[in-house]
Amino acid sequence: MGDKVEISTKNELMTAFKAVAGNKRKTEALLNVEDLSLSFTQYASGLRQTELKVISNLSLQAYKGEILAVVGSSGSGKSLLAHAILGILPSNAKLDGKIEYDGEELTQARKEEVRGNEIALIPQATTYLDPLMKISSQVIGCVERKNEGLMRKLQREVFQRYNLRPEVERMLPHELSGGMTRRVLVSTAVISSSELIIADEPTPGLDEKTLNETLSYFKGMADRGCAVILITHDIEAALKISHKIAVFYAGTVLEVANVEDFKNNGENLRHPYTRALWNALPQNRFQAIKGHQPMQDEVTDGCIFYERCSKKKALCSQGIPQLKQVNGGMVRCNNAA
Amino acid sequence: MVKNEKIAGFIGKKTLRLASLLVLVCFASFMLIQYSPIDPVRAYIGEMPVTPEHKAQLEEYWGVNTPPQEKFLNWAGDIIKGDFGTSLIYRMPVINVIKERFTASLVLMGISWLFAGFLGFVLGIVAGAKQGTWVDKAIKIYCYALAAAPTFWLALVFLMIFSVYLGWFPIGLSVPIGVTADNVTFFDWVQRLILPALTLSLLDVAKIAMFTREKLIEVLSSDYVLFAKARGEKGMDVVLRHGIRNVALPAITLQFLGFSELFGGTVLVEQVFSYPGIGQAAVAAGLRSDVPLLLGIVIFSALFVFFGNLIADIIYEFVDPRIKQQEASI
Ligand SMILES: Nc1ncnc2c1ncn2[C@@H]1O[C@H](COP(=O)(O)OP(=O)(O)OP(=O)(O)O)[C@@H](O)[C@H]1O
Ligand code: SF4
Ligand SMILES: [Mg+2]
Repeated sequence: MGDKVEISTKNELMTAFKAVAGNKRKTEALLNVEDLSLSFTQYASGLRQTELKVISNLSLQAYKGEILAVVGSSGSGKSLLAHAILGILPSNAKLDGKIEYDGEELTQARKEEVRGNEIALIPQATTYLDPLMKISSQVIGCVERKNEGLMRKLQREVFQRYNLRPEVERMLPHELSGGMTRRVLVSTAVISSSELIIADEPTPGLDEKTLNETLSYFKGMADRGCAVILITHDIEAALKISHKIAVFYAGTVLEVANVEDFKNNGENLRHPYTRALWNALPQNRFQAIKGHQPMQDEVTDGCIFYERCSKKKALCSQGIPQLKQVNGGMVRCNNAA
Repeated sequence: MVKNEKIAGFIGKKTLRLASLLVLVCFASFMLIQYSPIDPVRAYIGEMPVTPEHKAQLEEYWGVNTPPQEKFLNWAGDIIKGDFGTSLIYRMPVINVIKERFTASLVLMGISWLFAGFLGFVLGIVAGAKQGTWVDKAIKIYCYALAAAPTFWLALVFLMIFSVYLGWFPIGLSVPIGVTADNVTFFDWVQRLILPALTLSLLDVAKIAMFTREKLIEVLSSDYVLFAKARGEKGMDVVLRHGIRNVALPAITLQFLGFSELFGGTVLVEQVFSYPGIGQAAVAAGLRSDVPLLLGIVIFSALFVFFGNLIADIIYEFVDPRIKQQEASI
């Protein structure tokens, strides 16, 4: 038991140490994304090249000890945001804007350096595990031989923490149940002792109990000082554990709200789309708004939500609204005060 | 248990398949020979002078005057008992000829099969890992060129270059002239094996290399490789840890499925290099109307190909866990 505490706290100690060392920038974001745009070069008929813009003017920040939920509907570009931060985009992707990690610009070279030990991805599905590799080898990852013993010990500790029986080590991915897969994937991030954890849709298809369990893992990570980005389209799940909610729509963030803003009838919500989302929740009015988010090839000059907005003004179709700091959150809307 | 049921079902299905295959093959080849213009008695007699009584005796032995259905049943009955008859050209039991010849061919096929599998796999992995570079392009051109070349032509070219022009290997015949088969040294034997084995394997190399390349590229763009990269694994790590592991089984399966082409290639290669294997015997039997031998060879080659497919099926159904994963996710 004593042994266990020692091992599992080794990383936490490191994190704590770093936290003390960097105390002066405690209020500074661990991850700072500013005006990020992402487009794909595609070859349309013949040799004509087209640019398909999937993320535009996106800004968000992740802080240590906090969970930032990134909520948006399917196809809005959430996974691509995660892949952009980790530098694992396909080769035809073009990235613009600024990504800073720990106060320094995150270049592709630095991404390759920090991924897996400072920034960890928790992927969505079993397909992200090698079907022919034993679970333990995958969780431990590619390490130098001399560190293998230590890593194995660490892996056993993590498995114990997440209620994974010792047999699981020797299993192949197809032998795991849905809940076990989820815990194995979470383990891969925990064992890496990363400070920034990006979880891409970790909850779909889980029953109520497993869902809450999974969410508690993320809560635990944030409590230990990690910055957690929780990507999901399940706004209810996000509200349970997050500190901040970034509302993603058609490749950009329309609002970053604090979790409290969703209480009290959602009066404090800043953006019409966020309010529409709130209204669509089952425990509220259960009212979905009409229409769908614009396709990537539809070019808009003004507010990206213009077509579906009930509060639009003439100004809204001319130029993208400025990102404003309102009431402790961020919003991109001309109507927000 | 479900697993045992699955195995039982598999065995049942395969046994049935084998039985029907054999019946069909026997019947079809028997019919072909029955209605071909070959006269076995003439073929047997050849240039020998025979008396009319002797000829009648032989006709009786070959059953020239028995009706076809009875002949087929007799022949099939003998085969079930393990009696394949006597070869006309070798003047000994068909089963002995096949044993000797098939062994020689199996050595030839086995060596080229292993060599082709290994070389093709390595080339495919290198090309796939370096996709789009000049290394990849060179390997691809090499493979396309090989795949386009007919076996027979390639064999002749090799024979011309290595045996006639360079003189490194004998031109033909498995046994040096003037030496009896018992006195052939191991070295003689190896020397005569290299060129045919090389020719036979080269075509296979192209096939397996292109397949491995495609598979590796597929694996490298999979979710799990993306995740491996996200966890800090780099270039060659990824290929060694995930690529080879996931490409090996499909590649091996393909190699087993290639038994029929391997056999077809052997027939041609043995012919060009005068290698005394089953392929050469098959051609001789065909040209010189050795009906019992031809039928025996047809049956054994069908068995050979069948077992290649069987092994591939076993790998696919029982060894590769990915199949189970796919089944589970449906
Ligand atoms: N390689 C690519 N080339 C062109 N378009 C792409 C490429 N990859 C993704 N896209 C497009 O980018 C959009 C955003 O994809 P992404 O996977 O990030 O969505 P998501 O928000 O994660 O959705 P989901 O909730 O379904 O996971 C999709 O509509 C997709 O069609
Ligand atoms: S900017 Fe205008 S159109 Fe866009 S959400 Fe605000 S009010 Fe609606
Ligand atoms: Mg996604």
